Amino acid sequence: MSRGLWIGSLLTALMLGLALLSLVWTPYPYEQLDIPNKLMPPSLTHPLGTDHFGRDILSMIMVGIRTSMGVAIVAVAIGLAFGIPLGLLASQRKGGWIDEVIMRTNDVIFAFPLLAMAILITAVFGPSATNAIVAFGIFNIPVFARVTRGGALSLWEREFIFAARVAGKSRLRISAEHILPNILGILIVQGTIQFALGIQVEAALSFVGLGVQPPTPSLGRMLADAQTLVTIAPHIAIFPGLAIITIVVGLNLMGDGLRDWLDPRLRVVRA
Amino acid sequence: MLRYTLKRLISLMLSLAVASLVIFAVIEIAPGDPAQFMLGVNAQPDTLAALRAELGLDTSKPDRYLAWVGGMLQGDFGTSYTYRTPVAGMIADRLWVSLPLTIYALVISILLAFPAGIYAASRRGRIGDAAMMGTTQLGVAIPNFWFAMMLVLVFAVNLRWFNAGGFPGWDKGLRTGLHALTLPAIALALPQASILARVMRSALLDVLGEDFMRTARAKGLSRGQAIWRHGLRNALIPVLTIIGLQVSFLLAGAIIIEQVFYLPGLGRLIFQAINARDLIVVESVVMLLVFVVITVNFMVDLAYAVVDPRLRTRT
Repeated sequence: MSRGLWIGSLLTALMLGLALLSLVWTPYPYEQLDIPNKLMPPSLTHPLGTDHFGRDILSMIMVGIRTSMGVAIVAVAIGLAFGIPLGLLASQRKGGWIDEVIMRTNDVIFAFPLLAMAILITAVFGPSATNAIVAFGIFNIPVFARVTRGGALSLWEREFIFAARVAGKSRLRISAEHILPNILGILIVQGTIQFALGIQVEAALSFVGLGVQPPTPSLGRMLADAQTLVTIAPHIAIFPGLAIITIVVGLNLMGDGLRDWLDPRLRVVRA
Repeated sequence: MLRYTLKRLISLMLSLAVASLVIFAVIEIAPGDPAQFMLGVNAQPDTLAALRAELGLDTSKPDRYLAWVGGMLQGDFGTSYTYRTPVAGMIADRLWVSLPLTIYALVISILLAFPAGIYAASRRGRIGDAAMMGTTQLGVAIPNFWFAMMLVLVFAVNLRWFNAGGFPGWDKGLRTGLHALTLPAIALALPQASILARVMRSALLDVLGEDFMRTARAKGLSRGQAIWRHGLRNALIPVLTIIGLQVSFLLAGAIIIEQVFYLPGLGRLIFQAINARDLIVVESVVMLLVFVVITVNFMVDLAYAVVDPRLRTRT
């Protein structure tokens, strides 16, 4: 294992740990208002200070990491759940009409800028965390479909697959039993990278009001609140930002490290 | 080349047609009647009917779709539900902020990334390379709007070199305008520059291992000369793709960054439109974004084929 993979895993474990810890314990209840102590700089009682309602920023960040990671994970799961079957299906008959239809549809979805998709969805259904998840989830489908198809195509030419076909296994069974296990590595790597992207997407969408809605804290939501106050109380903007950076650096290092570890020749789509 | 161009062009048209259908369909699902929304709940039925006719809402869905697309092809993006002014004019006004911002950021991104990538590649495995890659790893992870807030904090609030936000307009002079867009452009460019620098580095490293590079060195060119004359040109293909992709990322990023700096660009327009449920504005701006992305990708494809004739035969 490389140093990058170690550092990445450590950072990710740390942030994941904070998120899970927030389920059972936070220094203060994150929704507890304390107006007399608002906008306090970091101190012993509030290690990261308080926000404009006197809420403890450390507690909010812990819950915020949980929200942001939750949004990202569900969106990646949507991408995996639809992308993998579509990619496998397309790869089974390369160049056939199913392949063409799936991949061309993919191209169209892929052409939509993520933000345009999010704007369209929230304009119609209203802004919410769910709609942000749906937008990023849809965005993820072609990503995973492409990676799956790309990885599967070369496998279909291999002898052990040919042997399985001679043995009478259906294409569907081969896909599930032989193709999928062999492309799991590249899917994990891509999943890590999309996870990191998801953290950034949640932050950006919530920042402009299209994502997580108050009073639920998320890292992007906290930055949106901080925007007007950053000049008088910089700490309320600095710490959530650092949390985002730590998660994303950790996941990216992990993704790159895993890729090199699993197979140095793998190439991952960075969208 | 002509065949290739035609093929790409047909695929471009198809993508745009499908995208417009999808956007129209999603907007059609939206609950509520725009005319009702504009006039309020107490509107008289006959005024409502008149407005519906005026907005073209009384026709069938296929007719409305054709009218929308046909109008756009002639530069008519419809009339805003809330402002009652032509959407095309509103978009054009805002583009004068968003587009220069995007281009400014792209220029900064390229100016930062090329030297950084070339430097890292030429120092492969050494401390300079590691430092540069560490910096870009960080640069990729930093949210641009957070970086924008930090820039405001340092350069506008503390040092007072720039204004914290707002845009004076181009009629105050090019320098004043660019000055107002500098911090937003830097914030927008940083993450993209980091990505571009990484791509530049790995593309150059791939090329450095090629036989023709060894030949160039054997001819007596110095390492720098060989990179400059032979390496860069061959490394440009992957770099070009990423630059193409970045145009759309930067344009989307501009929409968010504009919120930090209170710039009157497309971002302001679209978020106001979402809040006011001015769906025709949303519809047109989204279509415009998709149009830009698809068209830029199309141009990147063509640019490839010019740079590398082998690609013309592939699909």
